[in-house]
Amino acid sequence: MAKIISKINPRSQDFLDNAAHMQLQVDDLKSKLEQIKLGGGDKSRERHLSRGKLLPRERINALLDAGSAFLELSQLAAFNVYKDDIPAAGIITGIGRVAGQECIIVANDATVKGGTYFPLTVKKHLRAQAIAQENNLPCIYLVDSGGANLPNQDEVFPDKEHFGRIFFNQANMSAQAIPQIAIVMGSCTAGGAYVPAMADESIIVKEQGTIFLAGPPLVKAATGEVVSAEDLGGADVHCRTSGVADHYAQNDHHALEIARSAISNLNRVKPMPLNIEQVTAPQYDSKEIYGIVPKDTRQPFDIREIIARIVDGSNFDEFKALYGTTLVCGFARIFGYPIGIVANNGILFGESAQKGAHFIELCAQRKIPLVFLQNITGFMVGQQYEASGIAKHGAKMVTAVATAQVPKFTILIGGSFGAGNYGMCGRAYDPRFLFMWPNARISVMGGEQAAGVLAQVKRDQKVKLGETWTEQEEADFKQPIIDDYEHQGHPYYASARLWDDGIIDPAETRQVLGLAISASLNKTIDDTKFGVFRM
Amino acid sequence: MFTKILIANRGEIACRVIKTARKMGILTVAVYSDADANSLHVNMADEAIYLGPSPSRESYLLAEKVVDAAIRTGAQAIHPGYGFLSENADFCRLCQQNSIVFIGPPVSAIEAMGSKSAAKNIMEKAQVPLVPGYHGDDQAEQTLKQAADAMGYPVLLKATAGGGGKGMRQVWKATEFAAELAAAKREAKSAFAEDTMLVEKYLTQPRHVEIQVFCDNHDNAVYLFERDCSVQRRHQKVIEEAPAFGMSENLRQQMGEAAIKSAQAIGYQGAGTVEFLLDVDESFYFMEMNTRLQVEHPVTEMITKQDLVEWQLRVAAGETLPKTQQQLAIKGHSFEARIYAEDPNNDFLPATGKLEFLQTPVESDFVRVDTGVRQGDEVSVFYDPMIAKLIVWDESREKALQRLAKALSEYRINGVTTNIDFLYNLATCPPFINEEIDTGFIEKHQQLIFHENQQALADELPMAALYLVLSMNVKAQVQAAKTSDPFSPWHSSHAWRLNEAHIFELILGHNDSEYAVTVEQKRQGSSSYYLISVDGKTLDCQGSINGDILHTSINGYRSYATIAQTTRAKSTHISLYRQNGVFNFTHIQPDCGDNENDDANGGLLAPMNGTLVSVLVKAGDKVKKDQPLMIIEAMKMEHTIKAPADGLVESTFFAEGEMVDGGAQLLSFSQDSE
Repeated sequence: MAKIISKINPRSQDFLDNAAHMQLQVDDLKSKLEQIKLGGGDKSRERHLSRGKLLPRERINALLDAGSAFLELSQLAAFNVYKDDIPAAGIITGIGRVAGQECIIVANDATVKGGTYFPLTVKKHLRAQAIAQENNLPCIYLVDSGGANLPNQDEVFPDKEHFGRIFFNQANMSAQAIPQIAIVMGSCTAGGAYVPAMADESIIVKEQGTIFLAGPPLVKAATGEVVSAEDLGGADVHCRTSGVADHYAQNDHHALEIARSAISNLNRVKPMPLNIEQVTAPQYDSKEIYGIVPKDTRQPFDIREIIARIVDGSNFDEFKALYGTTLVCGFARIFGYPIGIVANNGILFGESAQKGAHFIELCAQRKIPLVFLQNITGFMVGQQYEASGIAKHGAKMVTAVATAQVPKFTILIGGSFGAGNYGMCGRAYDPRFLFMWPNARISVMGGEQAAGVLAQVKRDQKVKLGETWTEQEEADFKQPIIDDYEHQGHPYYASARLWDDGIIDPAETRQVLGLAISASLNKTIDDTKFGVFRM
Repeated sequence: MFTKILIANRGEIACRVIKTARKMGILTVAVYSDADANSLHVNMADEAIYLGPSPSRESYLLAEKVVDAAIRTGAQAIHPGYGFLSENADFCRLCQQNSIVFIGPPVSAIEAMGSKSAAKNIMEKAQVPLVPGYHGDDQAEQTLKQAADAMGYPVLLKATAGGGGKGMRQVWKATEFAAELAAAKREAKSAFAEDTMLVEKYLTQPRHVEIQVFCDNHDNAVYLFERDCSVQRRHQKVIEEAPAFGMSENLRQQMGEAAIKSAQAIGYQGAGTVEFLLDVDESFYFMEMNTRLQVEHPVTEMITKQDLVEWQLRVAAGETLPKTQQQLAIKGHSFEARIYAEDPNNDFLPATGKLEFLQTPVESDFVRVDTGVRQGDEVSVFYDPMIAKLIVWDESREKALQRLAKALSEYRINGVTTNIDFLYNLATCPPFINEEIDTGFIEKHQQLIFHENQQALADELPMAALYLVLSMNVKAQVQAAKTSDPFSPWHSSHAWRLNEAHIFELILGHNDSEYAVTVEQKRQGSSSYYLISVDGKTLDCQGSINGDILHTSINGYRSYATIAQTTRAKSTHISLYRQNGVFNFTHIQPDCGDNENDDANGGLLAPMNGTLVSVLVKAGDKVKKDQPLMIIEAMKMEHTIKAPADGLVESTFFAEGEMVDGGAQLLSFSQDSE
């Protein structure tokens, strides 16, 4: 394989400035996450612990194999979205190894509003289930939740992608032989009661877990019957009498141990359809990515410098290197897995889009997973390009991306604007995982361009009415638009709303991709049937 | 010379005898019980005969079966080792009747020394010094006091019917005699309903010094000098040495000649040991004679460069002694430490179990290991729990003692509790080094000897944590290689987290303390290192595992340890063997709660292998919490099984006298409901 030879100078002032700038953004991300990790604040944590319960992250650590990685998802969910602070949307999701098997773990955080479901809690739960379904990963639910957040019921309960979908997914995954295991470690009220009830196997912790359709207050209101939570739906009731739960656990640790046994009894074998090879580390330090990505997003840089710091041995066999050069395509390996890389290296032209479509066809044919490194301001505009059919060339690439059945992984490493987002496998194109770097920006177009377009429209109106518009007035008009775009295009804004699966430290890209690719291989790769390509 | 001998013993001494026999071209026959079917001595011998079930009274003590075995295999002689049948006159006679040579003294000598009081009479006649004493029937206070005055104070008053220290008094001055005598008599009367007293000279700092003698059938006798076996606990020797320190040539000769006189007084043949008490004023008194090869004979071999088993075989075959007294000389100094499966911190309670890890010091001219076990062998409940004898030699006592300490630190056993730490502490404590030794040594210096290695946890705790983390990596790699997806990053065990430090939290137990340790994996280029934090201190650590050796660099200090890891009841125990001793840690797992159903209701299980000596309840009995239900005797100790709560005994599953296995359900029990 051909090796990428890096041409950067890590001692140049530009490099150092860029690195310092990226470091600031990574530090800011980590400090925000540090806060989010604490969950619902000191008081509610203490109350939780005083009941002899483990915190959700402790539960996950105890559930996982010793030393297993945990690829956490949507860490910034609900960040600055609601009036109240809802860290991580009150639910922790991710992929980890349990008894040697990659599993999706969904853990309610009862220290955050009692673990109740806000709209984004539901979205995050459903996203985790979607990942489980797409990648054929067993699900383990660590349930400790008061159910739907009642003040927000209109955005939580009625719609298709709302609360009910959780159980729909459980039923359908179970039907597809994707195991569903639930541990009841706290309340499991109303709709929540269906999580253990719909599970293949369920475990309940004595004197902690309760399962009921209606809690004691509602029972009293409805029928006048006075009953304690434990007598209504505790572990003894459900393990000995009702049969709603299968395993009786003495405490949290015991319950997690039982769940590990349950997973060890699944009799699942991970398929390996790929030609894998021994892993070699990249030739260059991944941390150098910090200095390569320019401070100013408008400045170009050679995407091969990034690829060299992500792939095995910095080896990269480029496809059509001399044609449509603004899109770099080629074969490489990550952790020994063969992959096809599609990476922006400038604006998309008709040629680059056709090359992209061709390369995606190759990978789909050969069943090689695709990695998209997205840094795109859009397709080229202008009369010449419209006339040469850039729309149909773009459509070819979008068709190929949309219908390719190989696992797709997208990393937003810079701008993600307009139709470029589609061709480069944006969220709407069902990549198995989509992560952003902290410097990335996502919107229908750049803030400057949007402000410019809107200012142009406004100016035309003014001219029509014979009014004047000073430079200052135009600048004052544009600034809030630019600010809005900057705010809404920021990764925190995007990640808070689950437009991605998380923001990652660029230096960890290889690791994240490796874990994600490996997890995706739990699902066999289907044959691709492409749609009609407009020629 | 014999062409084939049978060894009527097991363990290290059987192996020891086989080694010499083999060297001399003599074929060997081992005998064995069920428990020893795969033991080392059976493997080493040319042939082996099965005797019977594991308890020694059903196997190794069956004289007729042993003699039958010799007849069946055509062995011309039987070496009895020590213990078992070695001092059994009937067995010796049985051998004679079957024309098999008993490798040891004649029947008459065994019988003569068999009774302690009879032995003392013989020695008195032979003018061997005895501890001065009055054993007369005249119990008048005047008579007793005169006897005491004559032998000089202090004296010891003992009830003749006595035992357990009752009716026993030390008298330090003549003026106190009357009062102490009255007290002793009173005590004896109430304890034994009889107050006959004897008076003996009380030795304040006696040493146990014994002389190795050898006699042949041609009236030759020599002594192979002395051994000091003063360091004892509960009358069991712990560390022996030869020669005894501070012996003048004159005293050595006097004691040697007295020993020969003792042996000749009973017409002794073969190897024997005459035990003396040696007082600080160099007076010595006969205690008893052992008519066999002693456990501690190797220290004599080391300083005389003689093979005593070879001497035994030659003498038994009718040859003359290989050396004359003039040809024997002492060269250097030797120590023997007895390595036992026992818990010194729990009153030397014998321990049993599997030797899951066993590493002995490398043998050389300076270090010798006499053992009968290998890694993986079981230390059973049936026999003496001695695992091995560690013997060292060097030119001086000081150098030999250094060798002993080093060899002890290299003796590594896991799976069974041993006294190795205790021996190490003993061998390195100043009074032992400074020869301030008498038979009360261990009692006097308890605080020096019974301490756990607390000092250096600053290094050992991070080492243990590092080992756990590194071994997790090794295990993960092995596991990964078995899968269809061997290079997956999911196999790595670095506790990777997204946008967070990669931290392991471990709880390590050491002695009775628990330590929370965090291990953060860091990477620098392609190599990784670990930040290990304990008690607010953070250390920069690197390490690698090579077999059972852990190499570490902790804040730049490079070192290593041998590691033994065992898993019991789900928790991992690791032992770090370092130059300064062994450090035991437990990787404490989270508490998964008790299954209450098994706790107070249902079965009560035997805590270890043993014999049920007493069943105190029967089915249908109502019992109170903590009421004794059964008593098991195991390893000479009694264990009482108590009721866990108020309740009802539903049934019992064993009868008195039956053997029970550890973990066996003894009875079923139901707790009273509230």
